[in-house]
Amino acid sequence: MNDTRTSGGLGRALGVASFALGAPLLAVPGRVVRALGLDDTPGTSALARGVGVRELAAGAAILAQRRPVPGLWARVAGDGMDLALLANALRSGPAGSRSGRRRRTTGRAAPRSGWRPWPTGRTAAGRRRRPGANPRTVAAVAAVAGIAAVDVLAAVRAGKRLDPTRTSEDGVFTVSAGVTVNRSVDEAYGLWRDFSRLPEFMVHLESVSADGKHWVARRPGGGTVDWDAEIVADLPNQRLAWRSVSHAEVPNSGEVTFEPAAGDRGTEVRVRLTYEPPLGAAGNAVARLLGEEPRQQVTDDLRRFKQVLETGEVVRSAGSPEGVRSGRLPRQRPGRADTNEES
Amino acid sequence: MRATCWMGRNKVEVQTVPDPRLVNSRDAIVEITSTAICGSDLHLYDGYIPTMRKGDVLGHEFMGEVVEVGPAVSNLAVGDRVVVPFPISCGACYHCERGMFSICENSNPNAAIAEKLMGHSPAGIYGYSHMLGGYAGGQAEYARVPFADVGPIKIESDLTDEQVLFLSDIFPTGYMGAEMAVQPGDTVAVWGAGPVGMLAAASANLLGAARVIVVDRFDYRLRRAAERTGADTVDYAGVDVLDALNEMTAGRGPDACIEAVGLEAHHGNPLVHAYDRVKQATRQQTERGAAVREAILACRTGGTVSIMGAYGGFMDKFPLGQMMNKSLTIRTGQCHVQRYLRPLLTRIEAGEIDPSFVISHRMPLEDAAKGYEIFKNKQDDCTKVVLKP
Repeated sequence: MNDTRTSGGLGRALGVASFALGAPLLAVPGRVVRALGLDDTPGTSALARGVGVRELAAGAAILAQRRPVPGLWARVAGDGMDLALLANALRSGPAGSRSGRRRRTTGRAAPRSGWRPWPTGRTAAGRRRRPGANPRTVAAVAAVAGIAAVDVLAAVRAGKRLDPTRTSEDGVFTVSAGVTVNRSVDEAYGLWRDFSRLPEFMVHLESVSADGKHWVARRPGGGTVDWDAEIVADLPNQRLAWRSVSHAEVPNSGEVTFEPAAGDRGTEVRVRLTYEPPLGAAGNAVARLLGEEPRQQVTDDLRRFKQVLETGEVVRSAGSPEGVRSGRLPRQRPGRADTNEES
Repeated sequence: MRATCWMGRNKVEVQTVPDPRLVNSRDAIVEITSTAICGSDLHLYDGYIPTMRKGDVLGHEFMGEVVEVGPAVSNLAVGDRVVVPFPISCGACYHCERGMFSICENSNPNAAIAEKLMGHSPAGIYGYSHMLGGYAGGQAEYARVPFADVGPIKIESDLTDEQVLFLSDIFPTGYMGAEMAVQPGDTVAVWGAGPVGMLAAASANLLGAARVIVVDRFDYRLRRAAERTGADTVDYAGVDVLDALNEMTAGRGPDACIEAVGLEAHHGNPLVHAYDRVKQATRQQTERGAAVREAILACRTGGTVSIMGAYGGFMDKFPLGQMMNKSLTIRTGQCHVQRYLRPLLTRIEAGEIDPSFVISHRMPLEDAAKGYEIFKNKQDDCTKVVLKP
């Protein structure tokens, strides 16, 4: 698994773009504000300068780091703020717009209908004002929304590569983990080869047929999903590989290898799973929100595999009645027996 | 059943909680006849050990009668009288097979938390935080004992509970602390005249030490250590420990130094103590390292320091250069209790030692809160509290 790629050209380009936007906002805020179809008041100019500082900071953060994940997410946050400001401008811009004008408040009371960085909602007469959408502002909103989408993409992509054991290319996710067991390759292979026993230690599986050809798994949100699979490699005491066939809802494949540990100290078991969650990265993100971080899940599976192989069963405590379940660590039960506990 | 529950910092309550049940096939349920408060329980009481949850049942030193066994337990029967070791150990992993039971690789279902902090996880322990398994403890009427075919030792002689109870933790812990450092003929210094320190001093005698010196600041504890183990004493509140030890050994320093204090150590100099106390209170270190530092500085060049006090994370100002340049050997670890049960029971049966001399208080389980309070505050000359459910 190659982990040398950073956010690449996209992130860098966005960093430069931050500078390109930030510099004029700081130097000539009034002109930028008017170009956006907004009224140029001291308030809007000050705000524009603030946005400029923000952009320069984000640009510097992105260009200074090899993996500019925080900088890119800062850009996303900035996009949200810009959209909110522009939306307010659209809402409160007067009909028959005089927008784009230079406004100086020398010697006069401040105009009542000028753009304010907060929604006013009502006119002096108390009637709800119809939005008078300035085409330039609308165009600015569309542009910011487009940039926001690119920013999210760049931030998500940059974040992915922080974890060398999880990569995603074109919606295909790969997770790998390993464990050393105090048993021979023969015993370790033997437990895994009996596919019907996989659900003993892979808790997201409901059942697997003994020949490994039909799998039923629990969905993160509830319910089950099932699919047919084929064994694509079976080298006794060395390697097992399988993959889903035809129209699996979550196309997936897996591989497990068994090697004697150095110095004859047990067996090194390594697992590599590949899967394509529905909706790609979004589906994966939703699954993670539901407490099923794939990498942790595979690590937990292997810890339970080790327990089953070495001690005969999954080890349980009062605080962790289901056994190893890292997703549940933050909401453990107290360390005392529970009356509702299933025995 | 009634059980001693951790309810927050400086707060334990004896509450009615559900009875434990068999969960795994190698479990047993033990009806507890005697249980004790450990010095390391005070670290939980004082709030220094993370991942405790309100309502956790405390206690990892207990013994009693087997009332139920799982289908895979063939070595124990209902009615057996057993002492239960505090580390929960599977007996089958790489470390258990090599006698390193306190670093069992399978008994901590919450190993992921410990791995974040330590890189790898030690064994699960009864009633000692969720980072170490989230197991219910034994300061209660009943306890679930996982891997009952590996841990508990049957007591078939007519020794009293008090004579064998401490096989669960503090006697093997003190013994291992001594065994890791002491050669016959050694001069041995022990930091801490608490229960573990006193049993380490007594164990040093069993292992052939020529002379034992105990360091503490509580006169009643030093007196008891001197009476029961024949040790010389150093009161660190009154004298500089390094000077005193150098003087007592004519400049050579103790050959073996056993640290039996842990993460709430005090220093004789109030300013030095305040430094560590503030850093610990502001979470810039988890340990107060006064005793460890002193043991390393006091130890003879080429000697061995064994660290048996309980520690949780990071300590400031660790004298690494002193340790390296003096060619010291450092030994440490949670006690691999299962390894010592049989040989130490044999020593008790032979009358070579009676560990019950550390007990100062006996009270009903219902008074557990009072027991914690007097043990913590060293009131009423308290050295060890045994609770009777």
